[in-house]
Amino acid sequence: MMTDSPNNRPAIQFRDVSYRLESGYELLRNLNLAVQRGETLVLLGRSGSGKTTTLKLINRLLVQSQGEIQVDGRSLVEWDAIRLRRMIGYVIQEVGLFPHFNVARNIGVVPQIEGWPADRIQNRVQELLHLVGLEPQLASRYPRDLSGGQRQRVGVARALAADPSFLLMDEPFGALDPITRAELQREFLALQQRLGKTVVFVTHDLREALLLGTRIALMESGQLLVMHTPDEFLRSTNPLVVAYVDAFDTNLNTGSRRGPS
Amino acid sequence: MNLLQFVIQNRTEVLELTAEHLWLVGASILLAVLIGIPLGILITRWPVLNKPVLGGANIIQTIPSLALFGFLLPAPWIGARADRLAILALTLYALLPLIRNTYTGIKGVDRAVVEAGRGMGMTDRQLLWQVELPLALGVIIAGVRVAAVISIGLATIAAAIGAGGLGEYIFRGLAMVNNQVILAGAIPAAVLAILADVSLGWLEKRLRPH
Repeated sequence: MMTDSPNNRPAIQFRDVSYRLESGYELLRNLNLAVQRGETLVLLGRSGSGKTTTLKLINRLLVQSQGEIQVDGRSLVEWDAIRLRRMIGYVIQEVGLFPHFNVARNIGVVPQIEGWPADRIQNRVQELLHLVGLEPQLASRYPRDLSGGQRQRVGVARALAADPSFLLMDEPFGALDPITRAELQREFLALQQRLGKTVVFVTHDLREALLLGTRIALMESGQLLVMHTPDEFLRSTNPLVVAYVDAFDTNLNTGSRRGPS
Repeated sequence: MNLLQFVIQNRTEVLELTAEHLWLVGASILLAVLIGIPLGILITRWPVLNKPVLGGANIIQTIPSLALFGFLLPAPWIGARADRLAILALTLYALLPLIRNTYTGIKGVDRAVVEAGRGMGMTDRQLLWQVELPLALGVIIAGVRVAAVISIGLATIAAAIGAGGLGEYIFRGLAMVNNQVILAGAIPAAVLAILADVSLGWLEKRLRPH
């Protein structure tokens, strides 16, 4: 039986969405996409494929030229952009921590602009530091005193601060060294198992996509090519999927042939 | 009679003229800050206004100061008193560094930081007050510093239209062909400029974001 209860509707839905620059150049063409509640949908593709554009349309940092996007079953045009963004956590590769705020203030930004009382913010900050595996003493440090991995953990904690149901992550681990990246990927998986957020995750890294995604959407030139679970993705005979997987295998092989360095 | 003797003999007048000088400069910098910083913010929000505003301020800067004093003479209310006239002219000159530094300061804030703020649901006002202005403050103060040093020098010319200030001595000395009198105006003006430069430079460093 079909019901239209909020839980059955996709958490995020794109219907025939296109995005054009003022110059007329089309960054996204007729995108149809549904993100289920609690899943991690990975947008995979190379630079310029439209992944980041898709992500920014969800929190209205960009506005589509055509089509409709729904979040929680409501069209984005009905949402107040500020309200919408405060219930969507946002993590980007450059982290974008506020350099003039210490770690605690960085993490507490959304609760603060939401007007939470100070003691509640403080408790929440401690809770989040623990959640992302950072020492409580770090709260009073400034971003410039942190390592890249610590900064990105603060970035994740900040995105989770007001307990949003959605998380948008734009290559969050892309700038980290391989060991730290693997560590944060594992922690993200564990965290996601506990929290069950609806996550849209952008990456060009196939391994990351296979590891973190419940489903993988492969994008190319502003279009969605396929949407698969990681298993289906590896088994796919679609030439474009095969080409992407092969390109990655070649990279991995040349990497290993070079031997340890 | 040497310079020191002249200054000691005329100390009340020296102090009066210095106070007058500071009044001209202080009032004009204050006005320029009150006008220039909002204008600088405005052109980061409405890029179409960028060219006309910065262009206008640039043109003012190219007008020779004596000519600008002359142009403003017929203005009602302003033209009625020499110090008003001088303050207006000095304000106009101080606008360019203030508008430009406010603009470049805000534009120079790390794009990722601004995007993170916007993406987290900061309103434009919150973004401005909590992120952009604090991070641009060092650059803005650098603009105040440039404006202050320029104004202290330019304000000596205000004496030509009878607005007083340390320029009085310079013009009097020129008329009397007396270097001592010229220096009695020039040296205190230079000292004021150095003090303004050093103190605002210190403030600039203190306010630079972490």
